[in-house]
Amino acid sequence: MSRHEISLTVNGERYELEVEANRTLLQLLREDLELTGTKQACERGDCGLCTVLLDGVPTKSCLVLAVEVDGREVTTVEGLSRGEELTPVQRAFIEQGAVQCGFCTPAFILAGEALLKHNPRPTEEEVKEAVGGILCRCTGYRQIIDAILDASKSAKK
Amino acid sequence: MKKYSYVGKGVPRIDAFEKVTGTAQYTADLRLPGMLYTKLLKSPHAHARIIRIDTSEAEKLLGVRAILTGKEVPYKFGIYMQDKETLAQKKVHHVGEPVVAVAADTEEIAEQAVELIKVEYEELPAVFDQRDAMKEGAPLVHERLHEYKHAPFIFPKPHTNIANHFKLRKGDVERGFKEADVIVENEFYQPQVQNVQMETHTSIGQWLPNGQINIWTSAQSPFAVRHLLSVGLGVPIHKINVVVPYLGGGFGGKAGLHWEPLVVLLSRKAGGRPVRLVMTREEQFNTTAVRQGFYARVKTGVKRDGKIVAEELLFLWDAGAYADYGVNITRAAGYSCTGPYEIPNVKCDSITVYTNHPYGTAYRGFGHPEFHFATERQMDLVARAIGMDPVEFRLKNAALPGRITATGEKLREDAGRVDECIKVVVEAIGWGKKEPKQVGGKLRGKGIAALWKAPAMPSYTSSSAILKLNEDGTVTLSIGSIEMGQGTPTALAQMVAEELQMPIEKVKVVTKRETDFSPYTWQTVASRGLFMEGNATLDAVRKLKEQVRETAAELFGVPKEELVVAEEKVFVPGKPDKSMPLAKLATAGIFPDGRGIGGPVLGYGMYTAEGLTNLDPETGQGLPALMWTFGAQGAEVEVDSETGEVRVLKMVSAFDIGKSINPVLLKGQVYGGIVQGIGSALMEEFIFNEKGALLNNNLTDYKICRAQDIPDEFVFIPIENPQRNAPYGVRGVGEHVRISVEPAIANAIYDATGVDLFEIPMNRERVWRALKQRGEKVASA
Repeated sequence: MSRHEISLTVNGERYELEVEANRTLLQLLREDLELTGTKQACERGDCGLCTVLLDGVPTKSCLVLAVEVDGREVTTVEGLSRGEELTPVQRAFIEQGAVQCGFCTPAFILAGEALLKHNPRPTEEEVKEAVGGILCRCTGYRQIIDAILDASKSAKK
Repeated sequence: MKKYSYVGKGVPRIDAFEKVTGTAQYTADLRLPGMLYTKLLKSPHAHARIIRIDTSEAEKLLGVRAILTGKEVPYKFGIYMQDKETLAQKKVHHVGEPVVAVAADTEEIAEQAVELIKVEYEELPAVFDQRDAMKEGAPLVHERLHEYKHAPFIFPKPHTNIANHFKLRKGDVERGFKEADVIVENEFYQPQVQNVQMETHTSIGQWLPNGQINIWTSAQSPFAVRHLLSVGLGVPIHKINVVVPYLGGGFGGKAGLHWEPLVVLLSRKAGGRPVRLVMTREEQFNTTAVRQGFYARVKTGVKRDGKIVAEELLFLWDAGAYADYGVNITRAAGYSCTGPYEIPNVKCDSITVYTNHPYGTAYRGFGHPEFHFATERQMDLVARAIGMDPVEFRLKNAALPGRITATGEKLREDAGRVDECIKVVVEAIGWGKKEPKQVGGKLRGKGIAALWKAPAMPSYTSSSAILKLNEDGTVTLSIGSIEMGQGTPTALAQMVAEELQMPIEKVKVVTKRETDFSPYTWQTVASRGLFMEGNATLDAVRKLKEQVRETAAELFGVPKEELVVAEEKVFVPGKPDKSMPLAKLATAGIFPDGRGIGGPVLGYGMYTAEGLTNLDPETGQGLPALMWTFGAQGAEVEVDSETGEVRVLKMVSAFDIGKSINPVLLKGQVYGGIVQGIGSALMEEFIFNEKGALLNNNLTDYKICRAQDIPDEFVFIPIENPQRNAPYGVRGVGEHVRISVEPAIANAIYDATGVDLFEIPMNRERVWRALKQRGEKVASA
């Protein structure tokens, strides 16, 4: 397997790495950078739990090769809060009870963050659309949708 | 006096911060020094003898550290029936069963090694339908069933595929049918489905040369893992330590023992290096446990006035290749078989049948979602046969306090009220209101279904809790029950804060479980946690207070009965000089001259299930229930008669939960359970080819509900008739929320279309076919 040098920014930190051609962004994040907040649950793009922001766009990291992210910027769940200070979306997830087992939570929060960035006042249908590619087996989605809508109201105007 | 009040408040879950920041660790997030990675070679056949396994090429591969075959691990495991092989030994029992396991430096190397292994099989006749598997001369999935060890309340039939036959006999069912004015008989069917926890089964095992076994695993029941491993391997329990970090969903499928023996045995072969196995999603469907398939025949005898006089039920469970929890699901469904109704004459045979399908296990509801689909459909069908309103019919037969259940139990006065649940659901769904049946070319209808369930568990299960007073006056609670999303630890923190009248910020509940340190609990299953761990926790609080009072009584020179522990102090009310912060006696009490008394304060609490008995093996009579939680579900649906698509517009639910400890977390259970129920009602099913291979073993072809699939509206109405022997009066509800969703929807589909469905999932094709068939009947009539 050929190896390639790449450089990328993850959560504001720069990395220069050598990766095998078949390594996925998900593997790079979880195994090489030990950022385990991004979850692996199907490895074929069905479940959306490995969602990260690639240049701000929600992206299933199991479907992206590490070599493709050369020179690009990745945000994972670990890159959202600053110390104890949570984002409005994270806070709303806690307040609305949108978290249960927590395994899908990072993906939904990232999708919510990205949605509110380009659409600060989404409708319920737009929220459902934005998180429609991510699966959750615990919550029944209602409180996740409510949390994102709630965050859109509480975010600074 | 009550300064703090946490019970009944929507306190944020204690694990939420870790989970929203991605710092919560799950088993697959752990990395241990020297850890090896596992890949499995799985059976392509449903039933075949293993003739030869050639691992020689795989062994040569650099980085392969251990290869294990079934011959080397001749152990049998099982919670109620010791039938489960770690790796197939002489033959394979289902497609996807592990045959060879490879541990290597990386997953890639392990995968390459698996591809180099050659296995020669001789195919055997297989059996895929539980009804066929019960026939004389059917291929036997387990020829040596008669030799297997099993729990005393499980009744296998040697030299057949029957792993358990539960019998219930109440009254005289034949006489009952003679008294009946109308008899209605129907058959119902459900396929195997999967729990689809977002975290697949994950285990890390280490068997050190000194005999110490360490396990990190995605398990609901760390103490059961330890116990079952000890029994299966013949290793003493104190040599086994089981750690459970956060669990990414369980829903019953991670209860008991699953892949822990495999990683431990691989580790032994690899010289004690830790070995990890993360199931792929495909393996989660094919290889790990699933929910049993279900067939029911229900015959009901009823008087014209609506009183049910007799019911005869046959439940046949497609257990798949191994019995696992299936045999006890069979039993639990059997003793609850009537649903929440009093019926004087009942006969039920509930039978677990081995087939060559993936093996069945617990899935949220433990058989109750399955049989309630049959019995709650039947309630509507019987009501219709005598021309009675289905709501009135249910209320007429409701199992109210004082009434006698199918096992002969007289329901306690504080048992909870199914009639109240039904009435509020009926009101909120607008039952009987004249509303347009056709909206925008689609047909609308409403349906209801009631439910009950008690924790299914041995009669004597127990729980314990340890509450430590820390040096600064904060407290730390340890329990054995795990956090899998249900929120029990948060609810217990609320109870401790309430009981000690202290700020909840000063109460810590340990979220990681480790059997060497955590107090014992039987399992995190059966909707028993809040009731049982709650009672153990309240007992721990009592003991902690008692120890504080004993020490303070000596320090103050007053009788301990005069002392109160609250607001982070111990004090004699009205005497400000007789008051001391708890912090001051957390490790010992200190007299003014410096002498110490007492010692570190620790409350050890326990609770053992009360009032349960064994059931009679011939009649099923006895006391199986710690508590019954009653409920009702109402569904409003819209059916597209062109496509057969069913959309759930509204779900109304009520459960008599006794007391809501945390309404936010409770709502989460309700919504989540209902949406799981909608998944199995409308879309989820295992589709096999004729050779028993699962065709939809991924999340593209096996759909679960997405955000777009949820009802437009949820209405949840908690009913709070407290259970006197429960902490704050609570009853379990974690499973109940996904019971009777399917029949409520099916009954609503009938209301909308006039078509009766007897099989789930009620997907587009099935509904469309049923509509078309009816159309043809109408046309030819």
